[in-house]
Amino acid sequence: MELILALAIGVLTGSGVWLLMRPRSYQVIIGLCLLAYGVNLFIFSMGRLYIGAAPIMPKGGFVDPTAYADPLPQALVLTAIVISFATTALFLVVLIASRGITGTDHVDGKERSQ
Amino acid sequence: MTPEALPNHMIIAPILIPLIAGAIMLFYNDRNRQTKLLLGLAAVGLMFLSSVELLEDAKALNQEGGALVQLYRLGDWPVPVGIVLVLDRLSAMMVMLMALLAGPSLIYAAAGWHGKGQHYHSMFQFLLAGVNGAFLTGDLFNLFVFFEVMLAASYGLMLHGSGPDRIKAGLQYIAVNLAASLFFLIGVALVYGTTGTLNMADIARELTTLEDAQRLLFHAAAAFLGMAFLIKAAAWPLCFWLPPTYAAASPPAAAIMAIMTKVGIYVILRLSLLILGREAGASAGFGAPVLMIAGALTMAFGTVGVLGTPDLARKGGYIAIISSGTILGAIGLAQAGGGADLLGGALYYLVGSTAAVSAFFLISEPVSRNDTGEDEPHPHDEGASLHLAERWEWTPMGLDTVEDTPSPASTRTVSWLTMAICFSLIAAMLAGLPPMPGFVGKVAILRGAISQNIGLSGQLPVMLWVYTAMMILSGLGALIALIRFGIRRFWAQEGPAPRILALEIVPVVMLLGMLLLLTLRADAVLSYARDTAVALLEPATYRKAVLQDAARVDATPPENLAPIEPAEDEE
Repeated sequence: MELILALAIGVLTGSGVWLLMRPRSYQVIIGLCLLAYGVNLFIFSMGRLYIGAAPIMPKGGFVDPTAYADPLPQALVLTAIVISFATTALFLVVLIASRGITGTDHVDGKERSQ
Repeated sequence: MTPEALPNHMIIAPILIPLIAGAIMLFYNDRNRQTKLLLGLAAVGLMFLSSVELLEDAKALNQEGGALVQLYRLGDWPVPVGIVLVLDRLSAMMVMLMALLAGPSLIYAAAGWHGKGQHYHSMFQFLLAGVNGAFLTGDLFNLFVFFEVMLAASYGLMLHGSGPDRIKAGLQYIAVNLAASLFFLIGVALVYGTTGTLNMADIARELTTLEDAQRLLFHAAAAFLGMAFLIKAAAWPLCFWLPPTYAAASPPAAAIMAIMTKVGIYVILRLSLLILGREAGASAGFGAPVLMIAGALTMAFGTVGVLGTPDLARKGGYIAIISSGTILGAIGLAQAGGGADLLGGALYYLVGSTAAVSAFFLISEPVSRNDTGEDEPHPHDEGASLHLAERWEWTPMGLDTVEDTPSPASTRTVSWLTMAICFSLIAAMLAGLPPMPGFVGKVAILRGAISQNIGLSGQLPVMLWVYTAMMILSGLGALIALIRFGIRRFWAQEGPAPRILALEIVPVVMLLGMLLLLTLRADAVLSYARDTAVALLEPATYRKAVLQDAARVDATPPENLAPIEPAEDEE
């Protein structure tokens, strides 16, 4: 499971960074999305990996902490997802505006002369 | 909880006031700009009052010799678990600076800029809330959230008014900042993974007991966080987004965004001295060389940039970069043992230079505009650059262009003269010339650097000299660039002066007044800054104040599988 998760994070982040460097704004936004997925998985992994463990403890404090996953990373991921989703949506709006105004989807707003 | 007095609810006021004001504004139709403006001014006024109160709190506590740091527990959760707001001298100072800069920018926006798009005032207030939150929070993830509040508002403000230039610059600005935010998240996750906490003071405590393998990971986290904040603070080579973005943004937005680079600097200042300061054991001084070198290179880059670009707003961007570099270098030196005098000078310089950069962005638009009221179509990209290119042809001192002007004074208006005076004062401030606080700040930094470090012979000699030289050279570069522009624009240019509204002059004069006050009261401000620096260089005070209740919570961890009693920590 560690290997799969590490590979997933690596592949997502790697492709995200590569796409981020591309000259087309569509590739940039996809790159940002992939990067965000990679980062979110990474946050999960930083709370250690648990299989079949719930993050929420039952009422009463009668707990065996080893049976439960760390709830904090999940809360962090939730916040991070919401924020990166919202900002990416905003980026999409700007991207569309840029496409409409400059007439090209090149990130510099100028089509490279072939 | 400990039987202390009521929590100081004033601490949360600088976040709540703009947040509520911004939310109320959303209920008004966007055409009611006057109402929104009044609401915004009222909110900024209230924010100013609360920041005065906070500053008094931060100062008064120090004089008693008691705790320097005040806590505000959000939701009253015990400390390492819950999120806290922390008020100390540094955050009080930064909140005060924010409140002081917000007023002029808002007044300037009333000159017409707030009508060029929608919801200017709401976004402005949310930006204030985000910045104040970032200054006050004591929790790393909470810092991320406030950063995002601030950035989301700044995206809107940056794009305010729309147009191809803003959208092109905005696309890059947003992409860079989204990537930086993801870096921030990686760093936060690594910090949590290694230390198991996100409270800044708690991180500092945990760090001393980390194993080597974990420490390596923590250093990776610190590097990731550093990247994110250096992008925001516009350190070279992470600063290429700044000049086009700030030049494209509308002037009042650029003026308030001038403090956003300082948010990055604030966080670096806070974290590098609190967590990686001298009490961090094996991690002490981590990142200090990077900060010193980046500071010097940033100043060099900014100097070249300010000399190289003919566009005044872009010059402003490069000047913001120089100012960032100066302070970053000073932080690096302080982290490596540079002493409180140097850091105190840098803090004083931070206040002055931020206000000056803000004023520079406000003045740059009216000064470089060609609107004489005669319905001249606004020159577009190519036209403007052609125009500037003409002006940048080399003539000795630009004086021979004056000769055939029959009576130069006739075409000058009072407002134009006021602008000229303001411009020269701001230029003097940014170059670090005597009547202005830039000079006082730089002298304070130099004095701290020389008296505390050269005398001790052997501490950081090379970097200190490089830093000092770059600080003086960058001032010289800014001076040359701005004086050249000023001579050409105010003395050597023919034609009638552009039309300038009183509403555009007032905020600049207000900011200049603040700067002059900063000179007149240099003694008081410098001693405040120096005490702040002393407190920052002794992070134990901050740590103890934040964690005073923490030990009690840690005392009963659920240790094994045996059923334990429900922890009765909180009443």
